[in-house]
Amino acid sequence: MAAFGSFALLIALALAAWNLLAGAVALRLIATGQKAAISPERLADTARRAGIAGFWAVTAAAFALIWSVFTNDFSIAYILEHSNRALPAAYKFSALWSGQEGSLLLWAWLLGAYGFVLRLTHKQDVKLYAYAGAILAGIQVFFLAILCFAAPPFALFQGQIPEDGAGLNPLLQYPEMVIHPPMLYLGYVGFSVPFAFALGALMMRYPGEKWIKITRVWTMVTWLFLTCGIFLGMHWAYAVLGWGGYWGWDPVENASFMPWLTGTAFLHSVMMQEKKGMMKSWNVWLIFTTFLLTLLGTLLTRAGLVSSVHAFAQSSIGTWFTVFMGIVLAVCIFTYILQRDHLKSEQRVESLVSRESSFLFNNLVLLAACFVILWGTLFPILSEYVVGNKVTVGAPWYNAVAIPIGLFLLFLTGVGPLLPWRASSLRAIRRNFVLPSIALWGTVIVCLSVGVRPWKDGAIDQGHFYALVAFALSAAVLTAIFSEFLRGARVISKQSRRNFFAAIYLLIRRNTRRYGGYMIHIGVVIVVIGLAGGAFNRNVESEMALNDKITIGPYTLEQVGATQDSNANYNSEYARLDVSKGGKKLFQMTPEKRVYLASEQPQTMVAIHSTPEWDLYVVYEGTNPDTGQPIIKAFLNPLVSWIWAGVALMALATVIALVPSAKPGAQKGGNSGA
Amino acid sequence: MQAVALAVAVCFSVGATDSGVRLNDLSHRLMCQCGCAQLLGECDHMGCPSREPEMAELKAAIAAGLSDKEIFAAFSAKYGAVVLAAPTTHGFDLVAWIAPFAVFAAALLGTILLVRRWTIGKSEAAAQTADPAMDELREKIRRETDNSGQ
Repeated sequence: MAAFGSFALLIALALAAWNLLAGAVALRLIATGQKAAISPERLADTARRAGIAGFWAVTAAAFALIWSVFTNDFSIAYILEHSNRALPAAYKFSALWSGQEGSLLLWAWLLGAYGFVLRLTHKQDVKLYAYAGAILAGIQVFFLAILCFAAPPFALFQGQIPEDGAGLNPLLQYPEMVIHPPMLYLGYVGFSVPFAFALGALMMRYPGEKWIKITRVWTMVTWLFLTCGIFLGMHWAYAVLGWGGYWGWDPVENASFMPWLTGTAFLHSVMMQEKKGMMKSWNVWLIFTTFLLTLLGTLLTRAGLVSSVHAFAQSSIGTWFTVFMGIVLAVCIFTYILQRDHLKSEQRVESLVSRESSFLFNNLVLLAACFVILWGTLFPILSEYVVGNKVTVGAPWYNAVAIPIGLFLLFLTGVGPLLPWRASSLRAIRRNFVLPSIALWGTVIVCLSVGVRPWKDGAIDQGHFYALVAFALSAAVLTAIFSEFLRGARVISKQSRRNFFAAIYLLIRRNTRRYGGYMIHIGVVIVVIGLAGGAFNRNVESEMALNDKITIGPYTLEQVGATQDSNANYNSEYARLDVSKGGKKLFQMTPEKRVYLASEQPQTMVAIHSTPEWDLYVVYEGTNPDTGQPIIKAFLNPLVSWIWAGVALMALATVIALVPSAKPGAQKGGNSGA
Repeated sequence: MQAVALAVAVCFSVGATDSGVRLNDLSHRLMCQCGCAQLLGECDHMGCPSREPEMAELKAAIAAGLSDKEIFAAFSAKYGAVVLAAPTTHGFDLVAWIAPFAVFAAALLGTILLVRRWTIGKSEAAAQTADPAMDELREKIRRETDNSGQ
């Protein structure tokens, strides 16, 4: 199977190279009108078919690796290092992305899959798709070259082959790890497609904004995957790492967040290009930057440039990525300089207080946030280079620098929809801002009265201050968005004599993009409320003998048994804790510690009881070697479930925004028919 | 006597709570040195060789009455600057704090100036493209309507 896999990768590389070269030659011939022995259209079609065949070749290689995992083929070094016989079947799939070589193969396969869909739908615009297909093939050549020459997943183990493998990293043996990396990769890789369309459209001086419409769908799908990937990662970190949090500003987390920010900026500013023919250069550079950031994130993860809990082993592929990024940047700059006159804006912003300028500021803040994260991630390297002193840039720095920018962005989320296009009168602005302002100050008063105070012992408490601002802004933004829904629904209700809920449904159905977008904003606000709850986290740690009790918030935890268990994959120790509130027993929790047999690595399995108000989060920290009693750490984390609920709404709303809007006439007819 | 004992107990418990809060605060401003890249107060991986010794040093430093600054200096001297969870506010480290806000402020100012230039440019262009004949016609209509009103 190793030979089959390697051969499949080589064929895939040859096909991608043909796709790139033949595609480039054909497009050049079409652009210059030169004559050749073969018609350029036919040559371009062979390139497209090579791209489709290349996908099947990479699929064969991925299948070979999965097959090798399931058949415990430990002659392949990668399988030996990342799997073992007792590994449950679901996690055998995870082996595909648990190491450097496998994850690069997953990347190449996903890129092939995206390219496959793109090439099958080429009839939408044959020439633009040919450009995009050739650019995607160029990216694929790079990844396949790495897989064939720098990080081969089918390299054979040298020496006596052991009976069993080293097993999968215990941290990855968790259900979300079967979904989180592919989601994240779908997001990362997916940005290659809008990048290819943007670069292709610029190269061919594509007339009109149709390419923006094509790209928008790809970008939204990609953005959805990246969003889900990031939040699944957060949930995994929360449920598995056992430190009570979900985001540690780790360089690899940052690496996934940066393209999300620029991708989000692109999704907003692209509306300006569609509606007003503005920000054309800006949009092109946003998507170029987003793609480059996905590569940078991969470089950071794999080259050992920064220390991270996620980072793969250091390897030489960092040089490959650096060179490739250099080439991509050079191509982008060269194409832009050559074609920049094609990107002249048709209109300009007419007022500082308008929807257009709010988009500008929204983009500015998103890019500022991206810069802050990039700066924080790279500053240790910069400091070491400039003054020879390596420093750490951790959570305290990000909390101080990134949170104010995030709150400003939240403010703009509320303000943007309240401003009309072009220019606005002061009276109209005042009218739109009345309700949100009341909600803002009302929330401040309520928060202060229930004890959310931004000061402690005469000094400003930074966490509580930010939480108060976040709650107040969230209330204002929600009021602004709900007002938009109410206003629209009221008009529809009046016109069509429908009840309120039917009017809301119709409102969304008639403009899925706009109201789907608003619903995404509601999701973001709910996430922010959940994040702000983190300012009120508390925890308690204690060694607990039988019938010992600890209290946290309204809950009392009583140890009613500590026991052990084992299976073929791991040994475990766990405590049984009866949880009561006000003297009434509610439920039992069983935080656990596992030691995986193959890797001999320990792993915590956190017990979480989630309510809308807070999460009771209990960790089995181990046993005291002197007394043999379990050590339990309990956290009370307010509003965490709001984060996951907000993300679910964001995902649902993105799907709604992707559904084409119903035409008012069609909807009416359909309803009357019903 | 009981009152004195209670007062002493309260004093000690208040001190214990304060030092507990301070320990929690400071342990979230220092990094664990085992290579886990986690804050000292959040490092939770089992068998960590660094967490307990570092926490013990921190507790000892708090008990010895050292200020936050002195504690950070002692940790930096022993483990290097990487033990601090955030850059300091002097020397080159200051750049880490200033650059994000400076870039943000510059970008904000740049955007405001750009939009202002566009809006002013637009109103000037509108003024330049105004048709004098139309202005004259408007003036004539105004005069005539004024006369008719009289």
